[in-house]
Amino acid sequence: MGDKPATKGRPATKARSGARRSRPASTPADAAALQGSAGEHGSAQEPEFVQLLTPDGERVEHPDYSVDFTDEQLQGLYRDLVIVRRLDLESTALQRQGHLAIWASLEGQEAAQIGSGRALRNQDMAFPTYREHGVLWCRGVDPTAPHGLFRGNDHGDWDPAKHNANLYTLVIGAQTLHAVGYAMGINYDGKVGTDDGEAAIVYFGDGASSQGDVHEACVFAGVYHAPVVFFCQNNQYAISEPVERQTRTPIYQRAAGYGFPGVRVDGNDVLACYAVARHALDQARHGQGPTLIEAYTYRMGAHTTTDDPTRYRTGSEVESWKQRDPITRMRAYLTKAGIGDDDFFASVDADADRITGRLREFVIGMPDPDSSRLFEHVYAEESPLQDAERAWFEQYQSSFVGEGAH
Amino acid sequence: MAKQQGPLTGTQTLTIGKALNLGLRRALEDDPKVLLMGEDVGRLGGVFRITDGLQKDFGEDRVLDSPLAEAGIVGTAIGLAMRGYRPVCEMQFDGFSYPAFDQVTNQLAKMHYRSRGRITLPVVIRIPFGGGIGSVEHHSESPETYYMHTAGLKVVTPSSALDAYFMIQQAIRSNDPVIFLEPKARYYEKGEVDLDASLASAEPLHRSRVVRAGTDATVVGYGPTMRVLRDSADAAAEDGRSLELIDLRTLSPLDLDPVYESVKRTGRLIVVHEAPNNAGPAAEIAARVQSECFYSLEAPVQRVTGFDTPYPASKLEEHFLPDLDRVLDAVDRTFSY
Repeated sequence: MGDKPATKGRPATKARSGARRSRPASTPADAAALQGSAGEHGSAQEPEFVQLLTPDGERVEHPDYSVDFTDEQLQGLYRDLVIVRRLDLESTALQRQGHLAIWASLEGQEAAQIGSGRALRNQDMAFPTYREHGVLWCRGVDPTAPHGLFRGNDHGDWDPAKHNANLYTLVIGAQTLHAVGYAMGINYDGKVGTDDGEAAIVYFGDGASSQGDVHEACVFAGVYHAPVVFFCQNNQYAISEPVERQTRTPIYQRAAGYGFPGVRVDGNDVLACYAVARHALDQARHGQGPTLIEAYTYRMGAHTTTDDPTRYRTGSEVESWKQRDPITRMRAYLTKAGIGDDDFFASVDADADRITGRLREFVIGMPDPDSSRLFEHVYAEESPLQDAERAWFEQYQSSFVGEGAH
Repeated sequence: MAKQQGPLTGTQTLTIGKALNLGLRRALEDDPKVLLMGEDVGRLGGVFRITDGLQKDFGEDRVLDSPLAEAGIVGTAIGLAMRGYRPVCEMQFDGFSYPAFDQVTNQLAKMHYRSRGRITLPVVIRIPFGGGIGSVEHHSESPETYYMHTAGLKVVTPSSALDAYFMIQQAIRSNDPVIFLEPKARYYEKGEVDLDASLASAEPLHRSRVVRAGTDATVVGYGPTMRVLRDSADAAAEDGRSLELIDLRTLSPLDLDPVYESVKRTGRLIVVHEAPNNAGPAAEIAARVQSECFYSLEAPVQRVTGFDTPYPASKLEEHFLPDLDRVLDAVDRTFSY
């Protein structure tokens, strides 16, 4: 299950609809990646995808995705990767220690989330699933904001309009339609066609690709030429089910059926994820319509803290993906290129310590929500039924006062 | 539906269908953020022609012929509403609203609550509902119970041209999601509408109304059953019984104060709807009335409803649907105590 080093200048994997570079429905590499071998998934061989940074940290060029990163950008991306992983590991620990009811880990998917998240421009709108903690980080959402959802205090405590990042969606794939509708609104507002144009990006997984809502979203996006990017993190598993339980063809190739381009990117390569997402977003904002991106990655942890992945995958498979870790390769590259030295890496670690410490303190100190919240915001306007129930409940609660019971 | 010859003004005799059409037209004129979307609502004007002529006058970006996908229609409407639009979705028939059920009940209904008021979704979902049109299966359903049961949704249904004209405009102006149930078997019933009257002067959206005063028993209905109620009251009057009729108009929130006030005078209540009996709207109304009017009731609340079967083949629907005789039978029963 060894890692095959990436070669330079791989052929493009775009499946442009009706465009010059059409590809066969699948390639031997695709088939190998999909079927795996010896019951292992996504580890036998790397599929064809856009890659700018090999697992060994070697910078490679791609003919369609040439991006010049400044040293500051590269340092920033590394810092993001490290911080969101540390926040994630801390969150898992907080769950294990009883401070969160559940946690959905992003470990292994940092590059896909940071690359695409940093590719967004301020005016773009992101629609996450429930695992996009890294995307929220890029949108300037406080890293403590999602934790109320996972503690049971609220359903996520950030203002979607302020950060251009919607609330998490737990019904698989439902948010893809919201993103497409939002993008249709961008079109009707005339906010496409210039550098200031707007775009939406929607996150979903390989499991979601089976959902009817995702199909309908792709249909609407294609028909209305909506400025939306479908960003599928294929992390190889929907809880326990491997991706071959979801599809017989590589996910990105489905785009051709909807009439827009699809592209597969190395989801553990933050530079490639950035480049591919930035290109797709810019196409959208300039009125060129939707793109489907399949970020080929791996969920290193459990589906959530309630899951036991040892029941459905092997240690050697997990080990093979560790060799493609997004942070390790970035650190190797920065070191070799002289962009990051020991002081830099230490300062990033210190930042991560500080931010993670604040998260820990915040979560442990989160007070239980007041019971009055039960009845708030059911409706924007008149709400007589809830008003009556609230009045009854308050009277009922107050009947216990003095008995020390609640 | 007749083609419009210039703008209509003054008091007109209109069908419910035409009143809805003119109400939608007014809403499109009044607010550029209002969009209509659905299957066949554009060039065709909808299978019932409720949106007739609107795409021609307002364009394809205001009146959208959508792909044939109900979850897609509602899901994209949510996104459009997040962007500041006021989408009015048409579900072509009641039975076809179910493919959109997750988007309606999990997504649309809960967003305001989940976001703690940060996101409002002013989406209207128009659903032609109810039976009696001799159609094939899935075209005659009464889905109101599902939507009434879902916190976060408002549910209304007009039974006259006047209400159709104003209530659709009020629903579109509401900042809450509104399920707007249109009694499709009554689309061609006519009534007078003063098109010059202001929206502000109309009956508020979430109010029930006594539509005929009476003294002996209270009969409550809404939407498609209101004609049955009127016919029943006429027939009962010949028997010397005076029925008070109440049109609920709003199913969520329910406005039962007029019902309580009436039952406290009459002591007898009959609730009529086409939706199946079990756990239906009448069950909720009966429970609340027995709680509020316990010492006034002279007889158990009677329910006249569809049966607890799937909607039958159309040759059987006359037996399924509440009709004059079943209402009068229920009235007789309330007087047997």
